[in-house]
Amino acid sequence: MILLTDDILDPQQAVDAVMTNADGAYVLFVGVVRNHSRGRSVTGLEYQAYRPMAIRQIERIVESVKEKWNLRCSILHRLGHIIVGEASVVICVAGAHRAECFDACEWAIDTLKEEVPIWKKEFATDGTFWIEGEDAIVAQ
Amino acid sequence: MNIQTLFFGHYRDFAPESLTLEVPPGTSVAEVAGRFAEKDSRFADLIKRTRVAVNGEFASPDCMLSEGDEVAFLPPMSGG
Repeated sequence: MILLTDDILDPQQAVDAVMTNADGAYVLFVGVVRNHSRGRSVTGLEYQAYRPMAIRQIERIVESVKEKWNLRCSILHRLGHIIVGEASVVICVAGAHRAECFDACEWAIDTLKEEVPIWKKEFATDGTFWIEGEDAIVAQ
Repeated sequence: MNIQTLFFGHYRDFAPESLTLEVPPGTSVAEVAGRFAEKDSRFADLIKRTRVAVNGEFASPDCMLSEGDEVAFLPPMSGG
């Protein structure tokens, strides 16, 4: 299952989408908006996507998890404005054994950050910044 | 021929999300970026800082464009 949505994410939805009775484990990663970043006090984020490409790139991650590990994977990503404490991304990988689920889940989130065209704008107490890789650029 | 450009991240603060441009046949992505850089110095680093996608697939800056292509300039990503 793949979802890009402006609505609050439900991690259980990602679990239910991949778990079967043959699975002995699932690894669930939930990325959450924290109240600090690079020494700044953060109040919220706004995510922007190149939506059709983002969906295709996320589909490729799910397909790769299937090909490399033969595991099922679901990925949900929030778009729009998100406040501190809310989930921005949810990844669930289910399989017979935990080790491969941990590996695949870590690979999936690392790859998502590199290959999926989504960007965040950070709302901090001292301004608003586009986060582009290592750069924080003052938003106009 | 006409192509469409898409901008994201901080470029969206001063570029429209989507723009239709008329360019000569055989124009490359890098040449399109050069056009923006000529008009506005805030685009000077465009080709250096962004990855390029043509019609939703990663492409090289040397990629030659065809009529109707959609060119997206993708700054370093920050999803997750």
